[in-house]
Amino acid sequence: MSVVRAENIRFVYGGGTSFEKTALDDVNFEIEEGEFVGIIGHTGSGKSTLVQLLNGLIRPTEGKIYINGKDIWEEPKKIREVRFKVGMVFQYPEYQLFEETVYKDISFGPKNMGLEQDEIDKRVRSAAEFTGLREDQLESSPFELSGGEKRRAAIAGVIAMDPDVLILDEPTAGLDPLGRDALLSQIVDYHKVRKNTVLLVSHSMEDIARIADRILVMSKGKKWMLDTTHNVFSRGKELENIGLRVPQITKIMMMLRQKGINVDPTVLTVEQGFNEIVNYLS
Amino acid sequence: MEEFIEVKDVYFQYEGTEGEDSSAFALNGVNMTINKGEFVAIVGHNGSGKSTLAKHFNSIYLPTTGDIFVDGINTKDDDRLFEIRKKVGLVLQNPDNQIVAGIVEEDVAFGCENIGIPSKEIRIRVDNALKAVDMYDYRTHSPDKLSGGQKQRIAIAGIIAMEPECIVLDEPTAMLDPQGRDEVIHTITELNRNMGITIILITHYMEEAVLADRVIVMDSGNVLTSGTPKEVFAQVELLKQRRLDVPQATELIYKLAGCGFELPKCVLNEEECVQALIKYCSLQKKNG
Amino acid sequence: MPGKSFIHKMDARAKILLLIVYIVFIFLCYNFISLAVMTAFTVLVIALTKISFIKYLKSLKVILVIIILTGILNLFYGSGEVLWEWWMIKLTTGGISNYFFVIIRISILMMVSSALTYTTSPTDLTDAIERLLKPLSFFHVQVHEIAMMMTIALRFIPVLLEETDKIMNAQKARGADMESGNIFQRVKALIPVLIPLFVSSFRRANDLAMAMECRCYNGGKNRTRMKILHYSVTDLIALVFSAVMFVGVILCNLYFPNFV
Repeated sequence: MSVVRAENIRFVYGGGTSFEKTALDDVNFEIEEGEFVGIIGHTGSGKSTLVQLLNGLIRPTEGKIYINGKDIWEEPKKIREVRFKVGMVFQYPEYQLFEETVYKDISFGPKNMGLEQDEIDKRVRSAAEFTGLREDQLESSPFELSGGEKRRAAIAGVIAMDPDVLILDEPTAGLDPLGRDALLSQIVDYHKVRKNTVLLVSHSMEDIARIADRILVMSKGKKWMLDTTHNVFSRGKELENIGLRVPQITKIMMMLRQKGINVDPTVLTVEQGFNEIVNYLS
Repeated sequence: MEEFIEVKDVYFQYEGTEGEDSSAFALNGVNMTINKGEFVAIVGHNGSGKSTLAKHFNSIYLPTTGDIFVDGINTKDDDRLFEIRKKVGLVLQNPDNQIVAGIVEEDVAFGCENIGIPSKEIRIRVDNALKAVDMYDYRTHSPDKLSGGQKQRIAIAGIIAMEPECIVLDEPTAMLDPQGRDEVIHTITELNRNMGITIILITHYMEEAVLADRVIVMDSGNVLTSGTPKEVFAQVELLKQRRLDVPQATELIYKLAGCGFELPKCVLNEEECVQALIKYCSLQKKNG
Repeated sequence: MPGKSFIHKMDARAKILLLIVYIVFIFLCYNFISLAVMTAFTVLVIALTKISFIKYLKSLKVILVIIILTGILNLFYGSGEVLWEWWMIKLTTGGISNYFFVIIRISILMMVSSALTYTTSPTDLTDAIERLLKPLSFFHVQVHEIAMMMTIALRFIPVLLEETDKIMNAQKARGADMESGNIFQRVKALIPVLIPLFVSSFRRANDLAMAMECRCYNGGKNRTRMKILHYSVTDLIALVFSAVMFVGVILCNLYFPNFV
């Protein structure tokens, strides 16, 4: 059974007013348990609306969303439980920190779930470990941390709820390359250990190419494609037409192939590209 | 080339981080010169001192020791503060937080109004500045509805209207989507080329740095290396060791060259990379 | 709302002054005839702005509760023939006429105020207020600073509203419950929203201060303006016309004192 299923989703902003705008139209897809799915799309393609629909922050105008086979709006009063199952990390999540200590802040979610103190403690510590926060930082104020650490503390706050599905909306925005690589590898490790489903929204095709199993491409409020990373990036020209690009290395291989050099145009990392060219040249 | 900014042995310490060891200093004896009309990119990690240095160029911060001269004026010269800020404009990272007025053209006029330009002249300058960043059609709009890239171009227009000789941009694209980044980078390269404005671009995107005339890499409050983009990115090993990014095209060619293939030392973008590989292949064919 | 109507072209200072006089006169209306004169004036102003009447009706929606409440309050205070009585509540002819009088009064007041805000940009407004208050600087009131604060507040209100929305969503995603519970629980539930909002406002204020410094901001000293407000013939016409209206109101009050 798929863990996330969207059925004929339509979402309209400002319904009934002159500002009415269809953000999503007839979106259907299924995501299997344990998958790592990248979500890409031009700004305004509807990807941010989509992820907010998935954890019940907004309600679809039409259509249904199933988490573990259950329609999330079947009982609107229990929508909070959906949010515990589908953890959502927003852009610049460090702006949500508010408690006196990092520990208390991370435990905000688990506390809202009504867990026992022991369980909360266990979860806070393991979430902090996943995101690379040190034990002694747990007792300091979140506002004393560096930018990258704040971001990790905020992500730990969502991971501590131990959601079945973790959604991250551009978790690396504004970080420098060092912070970005560290955070991405922590997310990948987390996914490997917990084996839950991760959805990652990103503008960086290089990052998505490196870590996603499948990619959901959104364009103008519609699902453009949902397929393996390899298959998505093999349609480079079409992606460019909808305002997206492919990783630089993929682009290079595509250009080489156009010039008659017979290499596989769908490589995703520099490593693969290097091997491919070495093979060709030797 | 004429020198415009001269940084002489500058040390800087934030208040509250006093101490003698070098880690207490955000800037650790920086020396550099920026020439008139140059497009310089300064790259480095967070905490490398690049943003701290940016705020020294127009006297927002003053060196703890050492001196900075802008067109011959010491940035410590309090009497000539506004003269310096008129010459060197600074654009900050967050596009939302640097727009003062609720209407685009009035925000662009803000700086000119502060330095006492006559009304009629402000109107002309504002219109020209908005045209230079390609935002003239939005002059009567509210900034709220604009995209990040558009807001950032408004902020740049506000600086251009003051007719500076140099614009310093402190990570202007860090919070933007790829389209917004392209818009902003396109705008500043045009300003450099067409209006001869000196550009100092602080960034951690290497794809942006390769467009500059000169790249300065900062690390731990000091200059690690500098030179033309080709010279700097040829040092892939050094950059990787400091965990700095290198464009994928550059990395690929570097790796191939490392395996004994005869390729150029450094390429900066996909076109150069493909050209180099094709040239290599055709040479191989000729040699059989 | 941008536009090129007669009212749009008027000087913001003239508009503010006329609005103040208008408010005074609305409260000077004693009878339905003078109120009719004011209503006619209001309709004329609205027509001159060339903005759809529906927009004005929408502006009334905001204060609908106030209109209804004050209306109802006035309904039961009045003399005259008793039409209906129940316990301590009496409905009289005077009460009913009071009811309509008050409702019309508040409604046209709101609509004319909207006419001002619809036809004047926020910056023009603050600018006009700054100039009108200028004489106060004689008493060491920091007029320029007040105006600057208003400009910045107007600019950042939408930014902070959007930010509030984002933070609320982020906390809701962590299971914060803001929709249920008693008043104390609800106030407590706001803490996770308010603290981040404060922190971010301080950060923004810091950034903005730096951005303003970068652009040579130095208070009101030696400052020029791109747009200079100047009174024109338009304002004179408006002034004369309004004066006629207001004289009409006074005359109506005097000649029909009892027409209530």
